[in-house]
Amino acid sequence: MQDIELELNGQRVRLAVSRREHLADALRQRCGLTGTHLGCEHGVCGACTVRVDGAAVRGCLMLAVQADGARVRTIEGEGDDPVMRALQDAFVERNALQCGYCTPGFLLTAAELIALDPDPSRESIRAYLSGNLCRCTGYQAIVDAVELAARRLREAPSTDGRAR
Amino acid sequence: MKPAPFAYVRAQSVEHALDVLAEHGDDALVLAGGQSLVPMLNLRLVQPAVVLDINALRGLAAIDTDPASGALRIGTLVRHREIASHQTVAARAPLLHDAAPWIAHPAVRHRGTLGGSLALADPAAEWPACAVALDATIRLASRDGGERSVPASAFFQGLYQSERRADELLVGCDFAPPGDDAVFSFRELARRHGDYAAVGLALSARGRPGAWTAMRVVFFGVGDTPVQASACAAALIAGVDFPEAQARLEGELDPRPDLWFSAQAKRHLAVHLLREAWRDLGNPMAGE
Amino acid sequence: MSHDPGMPSTAGPRARTIGQPSARAEARRFATGTGAYVDDLPVHRLLHAAFLRSPVAHGTIVKLDLAPALRMDGVVAAWDGETLAAHCQPVRGVLAHLPAMQAALQWPLARGRVRWVGEPVAIVVAESRAIAEDAAQSIAFEWADLPPLVDPRAALEADAPRLHPELDSNLMFTATVATANVDQAFARAATVVELALRSERVTAMSLEPRGLLAQWDAAQRRLTVRMGTQVPWMMQAVFANVLGLDCDQVRVVAADTGGSFGSKIHCYGDESAVAVAAMLVGRPLRYVVDRLEAFVSDVHARGHEAIVRAAADADGRLTAFEVDDLCGAGPFSIYPRGSVNESRHVLGLTGACYRATEYRARIRVALQNKAIYGQYRGVGHPLACLFTEAAVDAVARRLGVDPLAFRRRNLVPDDAYPHRAPSGARFERLSLCACLDELARLMDYDRLRSDQRAPSVGREPGVYRGIGLAVFVENSNHSSSNYGRGGAPIASRDGATARLTQGGGIHCAIGLTDSGQGVTTAMAQIAADAIGVPLADVRVFMGDTEHTPVSGGNWGSRGTGISGEALWQAGLALRAQLLEAAAALHACSPEALDLVDGVVQRRDDASSLCTLKALAEAIYFRPERFPPGFRPEPAAQRHYAQTEYDGIYTNGASASWVEVDTRTGFVKVLGHWIVDDCGTVINPLLLDEQLRGAAVQGIGQALFEGCLYGTQGELRNATLADYLVPMAAEMPDIHVGHVATPTATSALGAKGGAEAGVTGALASVVNAINDALLPLDAHVLELPVTPERILRAIGALDRR
Repeated sequence: MQDIELELNGQRVRLAVSRREHLADALRQRCGLTGTHLGCEHGVCGACTVRVDGAAVRGCLMLAVQADGARVRTIEGEGDDPVMRALQDAFVERNALQCGYCTPGFLLTAAELIALDPDPSRESIRAYLSGNLCRCTGYQAIVDAVELAARRLREAPSTDGRAR
Repeated sequence: MKPAPFAYVRAQSVEHALDVLAEHGDDALVLAGGQSLVPMLNLRLVQPAVVLDINALRGLAAIDTDPASGALRIGTLVRHREIASHQTVAARAPLLHDAAPWIAHPAVRHRGTLGGSLALADPAAEWPACAVALDATIRLASRDGGERSVPASAFFQGLYQSERRADELLVGCDFAPPGDDAVFSFRELARRHGDYAAVGLALSARGRPGAWTAMRVVFFGVGDTPVQASACAAALIAGVDFPEAQARLEGELDPRPDLWFSAQAKRHLAVHLLREAWRDLGNPMAGE
Repeated sequence: MSHDPGMPSTAGPRARTIGQPSARAEARRFATGTGAYVDDLPVHRLLHAAFLRSPVAHGTIVKLDLAPALRMDGVVAAWDGETLAAHCQPVRGVLAHLPAMQAALQWPLARGRVRWVGEPVAIVVAESRAIAEDAAQSIAFEWADLPPLVDPRAALEADAPRLHPELDSNLMFTATVATANVDQAFARAATVVELALRSERVTAMSLEPRGLLAQWDAAQRRLTVRMGTQVPWMMQAVFANVLGLDCDQVRVVAADTGGSFGSKIHCYGDESAVAVAAMLVGRPLRYVVDRLEAFVSDVHARGHEAIVRAAADADGRLTAFEVDDLCGAGPFSIYPRGSVNESRHVLGLTGACYRATEYRARIRVALQNKAIYGQYRGVGHPLACLFTEAAVDAVARRLGVDPLAFRRRNLVPDDAYPHRAPSGARFERLSLCACLDELARLMDYDRLRSDQRAPSVGREPGVYRGIGLAVFVENSNHSSSNYGRGGAPIASRDGATARLTQGGGIHCAIGLTDSGQGVTTAMAQIAADAIGVPLADVRVFMGDTEHTPVSGGNWGSRGTGISGEALWQAGLALRAQLLEAAAALHACSPEALDLVDGVVQRRDDASSLCTLKALAEAIYFRPERFPPGFRPEPAAQRHYAQTEYDGIYTNGASASWVEVDTRTGFVKVLGHWIVDDCGTVINPLLLDEQLRGAAVQGIGQALFEGCLYGTQGELRNATLADYLVPMAAEMPDIHVGHVATPTATSALGAKGGAEAGVTGALASVVNAINDALLPLDAHVLELPVTPERILRAIGALDRR
C-alpha cells in the first residue's frame, strides 16, 4: 500500500492505495465514487472517464499512485458546474441515456468538448465522443443532447464568472 | 482484470530513473503516458517486477529548439495533445501536427506521450512511422553509456522491439528543420474513428511535382515495424508514371495480415493511400 | 381496428400521459452518477471471486491442483468442478415440448473435460479481486488436447467425434417444414434465385458486464442474489434448482442493469458457482466478469449459414421460399431457454411476410467447441429477415423490378388478417404495406433513387451509393409456447399491484426490470392513465422477487404488452375501488364520480369532491368516517397472460442509404429509417430511442461485429479493441416513423418495440451495399460486410 494525497472533487483527501490499483478502482472502492464505471479496463470504452488536472482521461489507464498531487474530478463532483448541469438536463430531456452505465463518461467528455468549442457541429460532436462507447442509444440522442446543451449555454451564458 | 503485483518507483530525476533501469533491466517497465502499458498490466500481458513512473521528470516534457542544429526537440513526456496543438510543431513538423488527431481519442491523447509510443514500437501506431518519414533522431540515455542518438529508421527492429536496451531511457526525439521545399502527406484508413490503422502512410518529400529530390514513403499497420517503401520512393523521385510506382510498391510491400485485413487487401489499400498522398503533393494523376 | 394510437379502448379513463414523450425521471440518477449497479453496492465482510477458465477449446482435464491458490494470503476457498459438484445440481437446457432436442448436463464448473475456451474450470474466493486473480493464475491445470470441433458442418459428419459421449450425435436440434406443392412451385417458377448467406457470431456486449452479489443467510437458510438481470423471477427458480433449494428460499433482486439485450437472461456456470460458494463460505460474495471473460463466457448469437431459395412466376409474383439453415451453438444448450430459438425463428418466419404459399425449411443446430450460445436482441428474427429480404432483392433484381414496387406487389396485404404463414406462424394483424408506404414517404424514396443514379456530383470516382429495404415481423407478447410448455421456469402470466399510499400517491409493483428501456416511466404512464392521476404521483417498483408479483421478465419485447396490461387492469380496478371509497365517504354513487388528475370529481359538473390525498387520509387514519360495514380497499392486483396466439407479432420496415468506396471497400451509412408498428405507443420518446439503439446494434452486426475464431476454437478478438462495436463517428442519424395497429388481445393494445430496430437493420444495410455494388455486378452475403469482403467481391484483389 502507498499513501497518496490529492484534491478530489474540490476536497483534499489522503488515501492508502494498492500500488497495482488503477485510479478508477481507487475512486470506486476507497472513496465510494461509484459513478465512475468500469466497462473494459483496457482503455477502449470510456465508461471510467474522469478529469485529472482538468483533462478528461481514462480512469482505468492511470494507476492510483499516479494521482498523488493531482486534481481529480468525478461525475459526483460536477454538480455545480453550469456546463455539466446543462448537459445533464439535456441528456434527461432528450433521453440520451438508457442503462446509464456509459453516461458519466459521455458527460465528462462532452463537457470538455463544449469548453473547447461552444458551438460544435454534429460531426465534431460525434468525432469528439468517438472514444466513448454506448451500447444502448445508438448515439443520436446523445449528439442531440450535446447540441441542445451547447445551444442553451450560448444563449444564456452563466453569470457566475466561470471560464467556459 | 487486475494487474499482478509490482513494485512502483516514481523517478525523482533522470539519474534516478537510469539507476533503476540499470539495476532492474528487463524486469522494469517504464510508465510514461500509460495508455498502452496500463492496459497490458491490467490484462496481465506483462507482469514486471518494477514499474518505473517517469511522469515527474518535467524536464523531459518540453518542446524546444536546439540552438545549434535548429532541430525541433520533443521531450519523451510530451503528450499527444500538446503535439497536436503546439504552434512550433505545426510550423516545424507539420506531419506530426497532421498525424496527431488520428491517434486514438481525446482522453488517450491527453495522457499518451511521444516517447512512450516510440519506445513501445507498435507497428500500427502513428508516431513511429512519422519519425521514420521525418528521419528523426531518437535520443537514448543510460547510466553507464551516457546519451546516444539513433536514427528512427534504425530504431524500430521488430514487433514491439527497438534499439533501446533494457537499461536505457528514451529521453526525446529530434526533428531536423524541414527544407524550404519540404512537403508532407499523412493518410490513414481505420475502420472506426481513432482505431489503430488498417493501413497508414506518412510521407515526406522535397522538391516539387516533376522535380522531386528526396522522398520517404513510410507505411504503418503493414508489418512488424514502420515500413519504408524505398523502391517506390526512388521511382517517384526518378519521375516514373504512377502505375510504375504502384508496381514498385506492390513488389516491395509484404504486409502482415491482421484480424480484419489480408495481406492482399492491405497492399491494395496501401496503393490507394499512396495515390491519395501523391495527389496531396500536387502531382498530376494523368498516368493513372 | 378501432383503436387510435395511444388511446386505450376501455371506457372511463382518458389517455393523458399514454402516448406522450415523457422524459424518464429516473434517468437523472444515472446522469448524476448515482445509479447503483451490482458492483456499486456497499457490503460489509465482502469477498470476491475469480475464475480459472479453460485456455483450450477441447481437452481432458489431467490435473487440477488448487493447493497453490489455497496457500496464498487472502484466499478463503477454492473449488474445481469435482469438489463443487457435491454442493449443487447440474442443469440441462432442453425444452420438453421439442422432443428432437438433446443436450448434455452442464455443471457450474467443468468436470472431466473442457469444451470451450473460457469455460469456467475453478473458482477462487478471496479478500480482494486482485488476490483472487493471483490465486486463479497459480492453479496448476493440465489437460490432454482433444480435437476441437469448430466448424458445425464437420461436427455433424457421421464420423465426427462426439462432444458428449452420452449423446448419440452432435446434433442439438433439427426440424423441418414443407408445404405440399413446394417442389412444383420451384419447378414451374419463371425465376428462381439461390443465395448462400453467412453471419458471423456476435455477442450482446452490454457495457456493464454480468455480475452478481450473493449472500447466504444461514440463520434463515435463505439466499439473496442481487444482480444485473432481465429476469429476477426466472433466476429465482434457476438458483433454487442449482442449489437444491425451494424457490421461496431464494430472493433475487435486480440491481441497476447496465444493458443486457438478451445476455443477462441465462443460467451461467460462473454465476451458479458464485451462488454455491457464497452458501459455503457464509459471507457475501461478489463477482463481476471482466471484459475479456465476457467475450468468452457471455452467450454468443447469430452464427448461421443458410442456403436460401426464392421462386417467382412470370408475373413477378413470389411463389415459394426455401431455407436450409445451419447453426453452431456451442457445447451445451444454455439453460433454461435453450440455444435453438434463433433457428426456430428462421424456420417460422423466412418468407412469412410475403404471399408466397409454398415453403420448405430445414434447420439444424450443431454442438461444437465454441462459446455457449443463446439469445441476443431480436434472437432469430433479424436472420429470418436477412435471409428473406436478400432473396427478395435478388428476385427483384433478376426481374428488373424496383425493389420497393416488388415488395408492394408481394407483401401480405393489410386486410388479410388473421394470417397463417406457410410455416404455420400465425399473425393476428400486421400492417406490412402501410409501414412500407410510410417508409417510402419518410425517406423520400424517389428522391434518393434519383440521387443515387445522378452523375456523381461531388463524389469521387469509384464511390457508389445504394438503397436497401427490409420488411420484417417481430414476435412479442409471447404465450407459454416458447418456454412454459417446455418446462422452463419462465412465467407467461405477469402480475401487477397498484395501491394508494398514505400520502395520496400511487405505488405500483411489477416483476419486470429496467435495464434502460424506460420501463419504469412507461409503466408509470400506464398506471397514471388507468387510475386517473398525474404521472408525477406514480412510483413504480420493480425487479425484486420479495416485493413484486411474479413476472416472466423483460425479453422478447413482452414487458409493456404483458406486465403493462396487468398494470392497466390493476389500475382500472384500483380506480374503481377508490371511486367506491370516495362515494361511500361522500354518500353518493360511484357511477356519479370520476377520477381526473388525482382529484375525485362529480361527473355531472366536473366539480371537485376530494383529492386522493384526502381520500388516503380518510382510508388510513379515519376509518370511522366511512359508513358502518363499508371496507375501503386501497390496493388492487391483477394478472395477465396472452393465450390466444403463440405471440403477438409486431411489424415494420427499414431502409438504409449507404455509400461504398470501391477503392477501399469502406462503407459509410449515410442514413437509416425505420417505420415500426408496435400497436399502442405508450411513450414515443422512449420507443424511438429503443428503435434507434437497436438499429445501431444491427448496423454494427452488418458492418463491424463478429467473434473471430481460429481453427483451434480460440477466440481471436476477445477485447474491445478487436471486437468492433459501432461508435458515434460512424453511425448515421436514424429517422423513425410509426403505424399503430393495437392488438385486440389486450385492452391496452400494446405490443413490443425494443427489438424491432435491429430486426430489419441487417437486411437493409446488406441490401443497400449490394444495391450500390450492382453496377459492378458484385454482391456480398457474408456478415459482417467488411472492406476485405467487398474488395474481394468486386475483384479488386484478384490480380495479386
